[in-house]
Amino acid sequence: MTTEIRVLGPGCAKCRTLLENTKEAVAALGLDANVEEIHDVAEIVARGVLSTPALVVNDEVVMTGHVMSVPSLQKMLSKVG
Amino acid sequence: MSAPVHPTVSAPALETRRPRADTHLWFGLAIALLAWVALYRVNGPFWNWLLFRTLGLDADSRLGETIRFFVFDTTKILLLLAGIIFLVTILRSFMSIERTRALLGGRREGLANVAAAGLGVITPFCSCSAVPAFIGFVSAGVPIGVTLSFLISSPLVNEVALVLLYGMFGWRIALLYLSAGLFIAIVAGYGLGRMHVERWVEPFVFETKVGAAPSGTSIPWRERVQMAREEDVKIVRKVLPYLLVGIGLGAVIHGWVPASFFARYAGPGNPFAVPFAVLIGIPLYSNAAGVLPLVEALYAKGLGMGTLLAFMMAVVALSLPEMILLRRVLKPKLIAAFIGVVAVGILLVGYLFNAVL
Repeated sequence: MTTEIRVLGPGCAKCRTLLENTKEAVAALGLDANVEEIHDVAEIVARGVLSTPALVVNDEVVMTGHVMSVPSLQKMLSKVG
Repeated sequence: MSAPVHPTVSAPALETRRPRADTHLWFGLAIALLAWVALYRVNGPFWNWLLFRTLGLDADSRLGETIRFFVFDTTKILLLLAGIIFLVTILRSFMSIERTRALLGGRREGLANVAAAGLGVITPFCSCSAVPAFIGFVSAGVPIGVTLSFLISSPLVNEVALVLLYGMFGWRIALLYLSAGLFIAIVAGYGLGRMHVERWVEPFVFETKVGAAPSGTSIPWRERVQMAREEDVKIVRKVLPYLLVGIGLGAVIHGWVPASFFARYAGPGNPFAVPFAVLIGIPLYSNAAGVLPLVEALYAKGLGMGTLLAFMMAVVALSLPEMILLRRVLKPKLIAAFIGVVAVGILLVGYLFNAVL
């Protein structure tokens, strides 16, 4: 089953870094995942997220407010089913 | 008749594994702390030895003193920065905007402004979160004025500035800065709130639906430390160019500008010094680490402490990127009022400190 990963953020440098780090982690793990960005504020707050950048995996908010490094992301994503 | 046997094989194995990994972590942190203290103490003597005893520079010459100031100050500030960013990131990892919203939701103005200002200092806040945070607070019933107190204190009371002020001028000045920042945030937020600024907030803010806060997963200590280290590297890297420019300018002023140069024209007695400082400070985009070395040098040459603190606050409190972001939720009138009220607050604080210090 393809993992749905969403990076939430209005597009600042931090949010872009999280997106790149996520893509790198996914590639390194060889994970079958769809990584997309969400810029729309209404969509972001609808998930109860107020601090960006934030990461959503399979509709579950796993992290808000920080940029995770590639190793941390790899560790977190490897636990995903 | 025997009691049911519960599988206990895995539990002890886990329990003995975790304490050992954590011991390594705490031990490592203790060593890092000792190394930090040692480096900080040795900084001054080391450069004196290297520059004057070994390389033979003349300690009394302008060039010698300028170079010494440059390398000594850079090392000192880098050490202070690394230390404070690490500590603050760890402390802030326990707070979040979502949690702050829950704490402030539905409260009435007044004490809530005080709480919001305090929370603004300890909550990790990236200016890109300004819009979602604003919408989130409004939807939770946080009064606009209270939200503004949060948005003002967050950049205004800067932990980097606090620590550098402490390192340069002692705990009294650092404490004054902290109190002034909080005071401005509380009063400005409250004042704006009393002006019924709801009509100057973009309507969609009140209509956007905000979901329930995501259930926070507890972060293991190891990850907190990892995050703090990453934040350290990231911020130091970002700050370094501003810092070097600030220290470079400071070094030149230190070595070449005669002492008390400013005292005659721009000292604490000159009433134009503070507004001038605030006016140049507002549009300037720098961070505390870049401004403070300059402040240190200018103070040594006679500029009033109030003037300098006002300048520093004006630089860090209002940033163009954040104003641009806030434009999405605040109408121009409110942005103007926001900038105006904060500027006036900083101005008054500047005058007060010039008079009192």
